[in-house]
Amino acid sequence: MTFEVVKPGLLTTIQDLGRPGYFHLGIPEGGAMDRAAMRIANMLVGNPEDAAGLEAVFIGPELTFQHDTLVAVAGAEMPVFVDGEERACWSSFPVKAGQTLKFGYLKTGARIYIAFAGGIDTPPALGSRATYPIGALGGFEGRALAAGDVVPVGKPGAKARERTLDRAMLAELPKPVELRVLPGLYWHRLTEKSQEQFFDDEWKVAPEADRMGYRFRGGRPMEFVERDQPFGAGSDPSNIVDGCYSYGSIQIPGGTEPIVLHRDAVSGGGYFTVGAIISADMDLIGQLQPNTAVHFRRVDMDTALSARAERRDRLEKIRSALT
Amino acid sequence: MADIQSPVPGTFYHRPSPEDAPFKAEGDAVAAGDTIGLVEVMKSFIEVEAEEAGTFGGYSVENEAAVSAGDVLATLK
Repeated sequence: MTFEVVKPGLLTTIQDLGRPGYFHLGIPEGGAMDRAAMRIANMLVGNPEDAAGLEAVFIGPELTFQHDTLVAVAGAEMPVFVDGEERACWSSFPVKAGQTLKFGYLKTGARIYIAFAGGIDTPPALGSRATYPIGALGGFEGRALAAGDVVPVGKPGAKARERTLDRAMLAELPKPVELRVLPGLYWHRLTEKSQEQFFDDEWKVAPEADRMGYRFRGGRPMEFVERDQPFGAGSDPSNIVDGCYSYGSIQIPGGTEPIVLHRDAVSGGGYFTVGAIISADMDLIGQLQPNTAVHFRRVDMDTALSARAERRDRLEKIRSALT
Repeated sequence: MADIQSPVPGTFYHRPSPEDAPFKAEGDAVAAGDTIGLVEVMKSFIEVEAEEAGTFGGYSVENEAAVSAGDVLATLK
């Protein structure tokens, strides 16, 4: 069971929920940028939630199927076509051998997730099929898909049948976009004025934002509390003696453009991290287009944990409705 | 009159590099597959190609403008 890539799109990779457990060795968790969308796409075709599918950013791929299967698309809003006939997102639909799956122009969001009944069946690497292109690990030969690739898919499971998600069950995208931040490790390095302005200013997603990190620009530069740089730290006030980074942590190199580390981030380095985006808002970042205006909002740990619980409950309701 | 749309969101450039002239000027002949501009996104420059032949009618957005996928970047006459 296979499909062939006719056109790969911009950057289409095989992803699942990632490979936690190796970040201390410099291998990122990887996996879908919008994990909830990946999970729901899998639920829609009756797969385990950690089955591998495709993540396509900004441009959908064109795929031809060599067998009958069931497909679902979730995540960003992008028109879906099977042999020119439109299909709905957040629904599973049958595709017959010889038919072609294509996409129209992206409407909202940034990344679509395509699940196939049975899941993509490339060999796992360190317990996951997620593609980490910089490390040439996992996925299809460790790289993004290219025209002519023939991708193996498993057999549809017993639970494969057509399903539709009631979209009212999805969280509404906050407008304007707000990303909640828990100040952290090196927050004290910023002056009080800069701490305030970090939350007051409007930031925009920079076009270079990618799977490693989401960069923001447009806010005023940060000012640092003066200090003698410790031995081993660089001379720039945003430098520290090398430390560990975490998924979601926010670094501001040179004090100018905050970068939120995402699924394919490096695991350590010499930039100070002011805090972290709360886990409940990380999937949302994966759906932000370049130039989207965002505000960072300060929250405490209790708020972060209740937001996480709320998100888990919402996903659980979707799970009960679909499985 | 045909529109040339942006395949991706990002920053649109009329020129291959800041020193060069724009890819097309009004009245230029355009062949299908000709590059009419670049959109920068995720550290890459994506070439925007004309899907059909015609006469260049001009750019619809400014150089270095922020664009969304599907935005009209230029027109053909």
